[in-house]
Amino acid sequence: MENNENTTLKSNDADTSAKPTDAANAAKTVDKSKSQSDAPPLLTISTSPHIRDNINIQGIMLTVIVAITPAIVHGIINFGMNAFINLAVGAISAVLAEYIWQKAMGQKVTISDGSACLTGLLLAMSISPLLPAYMVAIGSAIAIIVAKQSMGGLGFNIFNPAHIGRAALMVSWPVAMTTWTAMPGVDAVTGATPLNVLKMEGYEKVVEMFGGQEMMYLKMLFGQQNGCIGETSSLLILLGGLYLIWKKIIKWHIPAVMIATVALITWVFGPDGLFTGDPLFHTLAGGLMLGAFFMATDMVTAPMTVKGQVIFAAGAGAITALIRLVGGYPEGVCYSILLMNSLTPLIDRVTKPRIFGIGGKNK
Amino acid sequence: MFQFLGGIHPNDGKSLSGDAAIETMPLAKELVVPLSQHIGAPCKALVKAGDTVKKGQLIGDHEAFMNAKVHSPTSGKVTKIEMRPHSGQNEAMAIVIEPDGLDEWADGLPTERDFNAMTKDEIVAAIGNAGIVGMGGATFPAHIKLTPKKNIDTLIINGAECEPYLTADDRLMREESARIVEGTKILAKMLETEKTVIAMEDNKQEAFDAIKKAATGTDIEVVKLPTRYPQGAEKMLIYVITGREVPAGGLPMDVACVVQNVGTAAAVADAVTRGIPLIERVTTVTGEAIANPKNLRVRIGTTYKDAIDFCGGFKEQPSKVIAGGPMMGFAQHNLNVPIMKGSSGILALTKELTAHEKERPCIRCGRCVDACPMGLVPSMLSIYGERGNFKGARDEYGVMNCIECGSCTYVCPAKRNIVQYIRHTKSELRRIMAEEKAKAEAKGGDK
Repeated sequence: MENNENTTLKSNDADTSAKPTDAANAAKTVDKSKSQSDAPPLLTISTSPHIRDNINIQGIMLTVIVAITPAIVHGIINFGMNAFINLAVGAISAVLAEYIWQKAMGQKVTISDGSACLTGLLLAMSISPLLPAYMVAIGSAIAIIVAKQSMGGLGFNIFNPAHIGRAALMVSWPVAMTTWTAMPGVDAVTGATPLNVLKMEGYEKVVEMFGGQEMMYLKMLFGQQNGCIGETSSLLILLGGLYLIWKKIIKWHIPAVMIATVALITWVFGPDGLFTGDPLFHTLAGGLMLGAFFMATDMVTAPMTVKGQVIFAAGAGAITALIRLVGGYPEGVCYSILLMNSLTPLIDRVTKPRIFGIGGKNK
Repeated sequence: MFQFLGGIHPNDGKSLSGDAAIETMPLAKELVVPLSQHIGAPCKALVKAGDTVKKGQLIGDHEAFMNAKVHSPTSGKVTKIEMRPHSGQNEAMAIVIEPDGLDEWADGLPTERDFNAMTKDEIVAAIGNAGIVGMGGATFPAHIKLTPKKNIDTLIINGAECEPYLTADDRLMREESARIVEGTKILAKMLETEKTVIAMEDNKQEAFDAIKKAATGTDIEVVKLPTRYPQGAEKMLIYVITGREVPAGGLPMDVACVVQNVGTAAAVADAVTRGIPLIERVTTVTGEAIANPKNLRVRIGTTYKDAIDFCGGFKEQPSKVIAGGPMMGFAQHNLNVPIMKGSSGILALTKELTAHEKERPCIRCGRCVDACPMGLVPSMLSIYGERGNFKGARDEYGVMNCIECGSCTYVCPAKRNIVQYIRHTKSELRRIMAEEKAKAEAKGGDK
């Protein structure tokens, strides 16, 4: 470790025999002819490093699934059997789609890494509990086969698979996708989400629907509102997101910047002129929390550097706010993230870190 | 103090051997002294089979500039000069010595000298004659590193020992701080530095106390650095201490620094004040598979097998035996390789630690980008290397700046062999560049 450049030189001898394809874990038998009778018969040789961290893809996916579990349980309690069926169908059909595709293509089956299951769950979380189960299954299949496997599988997809599935359902069955349940115990809130009401009838109507501004915030925080299966309780999603940050699966930058951008724009461009918006309402409404913590942070489709992530999240937040305020749809989280996904390779290119020793200022 | 980019906190495994005081290993029945223990041309043997040699006698030398002399580690008879297993290359020429057990010094050794009375040239000659190389593992000849063509204002003695498992430098600092400080004083005097620092990570409190005590009354600064791999990498250490970045493709002297390992400093003290050549070193024999992990003072040329046997052998079947640490060391397949001047440790790991999952495609999580101390994008380097886009890796992502510390590969959840792809890319690039150069020359010749 004393001389980097020299270590590099020295390593070449070991390298020439180390083709990336075969040497990784290739074992080589010790030459017995050289008096190795009591030496270990088999020693593995490979290039350094020889030790690895315990984290693997499966571990990451399982941690994310643990993080969304509170919101999933809450969705099932809130919306009952329909929600449960949709979640189960979403997860199972995603895993099945991946299995069938990989079998058909003669690839190694990778369903055990948990990524397909997670995609299915996230898709089901971001749709109405009333959506017929077969549509959920089709959405899952599109997410896995079109958005993920046809691109080359995990790691190669450009767009967030769950959101592609959702977008496909949205254009295929727009009515079914926007048919909402009547929430038990919340009489006033029937048949429409807060963002729907906002778009159609204005902010006052939303407040009136909840019975006051404070009640509105509380109900949105604790999930007593209409909406998608896993999006209603902002508090539980926030808890799951903080768990992921604590576990170092995601960084705080994407959710924080995305939410802050939406809050800022919706506050500035309020219904009654500049600085009259309700940023808290927009933060808690719709799929922003789920999108910011669990969709935009999808590592495959988001930039790798913090700088890139900030640009990505600000863009996603701005597009979300734009769609909510002036677009035709009441909600824009899904499309905003998909649009920014398409920019990720470009963002990664322009936000490469500065290489040590090039262009730095010496002190 | 500055903070370098990235880095990781691997399980350090140092508790296995950290409490074991340095123990002198008895002479082995046979010593295998390779003629190539440094970066540069291998030495030529100055003795032949059948000759008797004395301890400290010069037995290998070369007229090349990049050269480090080789001395006999004990007295005895040269039995053979032949190709023997080598930890850095598969096989290399070595002088095989059968000790006579008398351990007699060559004439005139050791000789007491006062370094204060010596000139700079005399000190450099003493270091060169002792065959000292960078003992942290890089094995760069010390007398060349100590005669840079540029002005030097800072000398850093590297006791970071950031490689997991290794404790040889730690023990040396704890037990032989006086030698290290003496060597540091010699180097500082020779280089006429303004600032001289002995640096170690803060997981070595006892070593810090010992060095601090030994350095009392000198101008030497003793600093503790927050433990983080690869703190001991030369470029990182210089940055942490001085805030200067060694330019890409450059050397420490480009930012007026020289870095030497603590073991090298101790060897310099022996060479300059006592005339003793580098014929022994402290090395750590450790790992989950070793029965009694130890820090050994061992003669150059002792085979791994003898050293491991002295530590009680294997308590369970090792899956890997590594020359050096687990992050940058070289996996060995033959235990008859000898300990050399740059052997900081012998590490025997069990299957549990070395059985890695199969590689998956990159999931672009960015952990490697966060871990890279050089500001590279290892994930892209691995993808470019995998697909054979070697020039793209160089021009778009600066692959040549990689120091191969292994941090990216350590953290990768997809278990990609990133460093391996990078090494492959680098060696392919060297080949391509050599070919292009040859082609260009051939073209020029036709005209």
